[in-house]
Amino acid sequence: MDKFRMMFQFLQSNQESFMNGICGIMALASAQMYSVFEFSCPCMPEYNYAYSMGLLFVPPLWFFLLGFVMNNNVSVLAEEWRRPTGSRRKDPTILRYMFCSITQRSLIAPAVWFSVTLMHGKSFLCAFSTSLDIDRLGNFSVFRGISEVERIKLLARIPCDDDVYFEQHKEIRMVATRYMKCISQACGWFLLLMMTFTAFLIRGIRPCFTQAAFLKTKYWSHYIDIERKMFDETCKEHAKSFAKVCIHQYFESISGEMRSFHHNRTYGRDDDDNEREIGDEEKLLGIRAQEDMNKVLWNWHTSKPALALRKDKMDAQSNGGLNGYVNGEANGFLNGHASNVEKKEWAVYYSKV
Amino acid sequence: MERLKLVLQYFQSNSESISNGICIILALVSVKLYTSFDFNCPCLPQYNRLYSVGVMVVPPIILFFLGMLVNRHTGVMMDEWLRPEGNRSKNPAVVKFLCSAMLQRAMLAPMVWILVTLLDGKILICAFSVSVDPSLFSGFPNNTGWTKAVTRYVRCYSQAVGWSILLFFIVLGSLARFIKPFFDDHATFLQTRYWSNYLDVEQKMFDETCVLHARDFARKCVVQFFEEMREETAPVLNRPFFSVSTRDDWDSEDEDRLHGVTRQEQMNQLLDKWYYGKPELDVRRIAYKPRLCPGCSKKNFHSDV
Repeated sequence: MDKFRMMFQFLQSNQESFMNGICGIMALASAQMYSVFEFSCPCMPEYNYAYSMGLLFVPPLWFFLLGFVMNNNVSVLAEEWRRPTGSRRKDPTILRYMFCSITQRSLIAPAVWFSVTLMHGKSFLCAFSTSLDIDRLGNFSVFRGISEVERIKLLARIPCDDDVYFEQHKEIRMVATRYMKCISQACGWFLLLMMTFTAFLIRGIRPCFTQAAFLKTKYWSHYIDIERKMFDETCKEHAKSFAKVCIHQYFESISGEMRSFHHNRTYGRDDDDNEREIGDEEKLLGIRAQEDMNKVLWNWHTSKPALALRKDKMDAQSNGGLNGYVNGEANGFLNGHASNVEKKEWAVYYSKV
Repeated sequence: MERLKLVLQYFQSNSESISNGICIILALVSVKLYTSFDFNCPCLPQYNRLYSVGVMVVPPIILFFLGMLVNRHTGVMMDEWLRPEGNRSKNPAVVKFLCSAMLQRAMLAPMVWILVTLLDGKILICAFSVSVDPSLFSGFPNNTGWTKAVTRYVRCYSQAVGWSILLFFIVLGSLARFIKPFFDDHATFLQTRYWSNYLDVEQKMFDETCVLHARDFARKCVVQFFEEMREETAPVLNRPFFSVSTRDDWDSEDEDRLHGVTRQEQMNQLLDKWYYGKPELDVRRIAYKPRLCPGCSKKNFHSDV
């Protein structure tokens, strides 16, 4: 259990390594699924090919689509693709980069399935036993003097281990199996070689062409992901503070004026309660009504803000701003570090002076 | 559990260890791949040799490319080789060092595959059983005895070749290690090794800094968005009480983290410059810059009061 937890923590340390972990798990699942699955060739000329090819191509397609489903970045990509331009331009290279990275990861489990199936060889034997040129493989009297249709029917039964006819003619089955397996394995190794070589070319040759642009697209596509998470976190914090303040106000309104009067009197005294309430109010970032929040959420999609942070606004506020009240709180919830406490103490000292 | 953590920590301690670790893992994968691969000799004269040569040569090539793919140094080397000169001169010795280190590590897994196939012997039996001289094996009463004799004979040859190759490489490696200091300038080697390691670390640091920067950028962007919405919805409300920032040292700390890059165009320019004009290897300017630290300003204030 401890091992799993440690591995889980390591994988979750960042998004990329988490996705690589999922990718590895799917590859293992693919190999395991093949070994568990019982391949059962129909041994009929009309169905052999369809069954084998179906088994060779349909599970990889399924794994490929599953890779897309399990990848978080698919929804990020879709959102970025569909959003209205707003104050922020759309960059098609970022969309391409994200799509390529998702596709690359999703291709690994299908590739594992292909390799394992071809190395095992049964599907090739099942698919191509009818097109075997059995005379090249040896001198088998069994195939002489029969019609073409009969011959094909007989060849189609070779892959089945429990076929009674070939029990007596084991040699034919062994020769045909070895031959087809050899071809199947050759195809498998060739496919692996091609995939590895292509991956190597892409990785190795890319820096020759677009390295500068690549740095930018990589940065901004990570940024989009991080920004989305930050927005979700900010909304959660806002909702918490909203709820707290709403409930507090409700109690205030129920118990009437006395309580709010009492609160006003202790206002200047920097009580812990007071500071907490002020902290919550600040976390609301000025959005205090349902319509306002709805507008915020609506605009986040329809008109994303420009990628330009304003320094002048912050300076103006620091000039006009007050009496050193704890704003470290607002900063604190965003990055939650311990120096928050330190700042608070200093603020108290300052206000007394 | 603790031991595993220690081992992992040791391997992650520097990037050379990581590369060595990956190299060893790939060698183990190579052995596992061989044992799980179902070797199936076609037993047909025209295909035996082809199949055997294929199984002996193609997987090592795949493992070689895989070794180069998973090695971080490949990317570092290509970047250093292809980058424009900028403010930093290019040192071909560093590229050569990285390239040779990368090739040496990538060669281990293929060599392991070849050795394992030779020591096992199945492949050579499949390839050379046809060309065995039958006169060597006279006097066997039945076919089975003869088959076993040929198998033993070819396997013996195969294992001899395998052990010889292993011995050859070990001797070569030891000689190279021993003789190298006589031919190579150790001082230059130390410099080359330092700067190759530096390039790797620098790239990692840059990536990490970019990630941290993106986090801060995103955080501020989101907060700014909320502020803008507040202004739009309630322009008459003028409550500095709800402002997010009134502290100078919060600003300066944030400024530190953002390093002054607050716009998309600035970030794009920064990334462009990182590629087209890498900075020179001289950190005197920042090392001796007087820094504003929150602690320092606090002390000043206390001293006034």
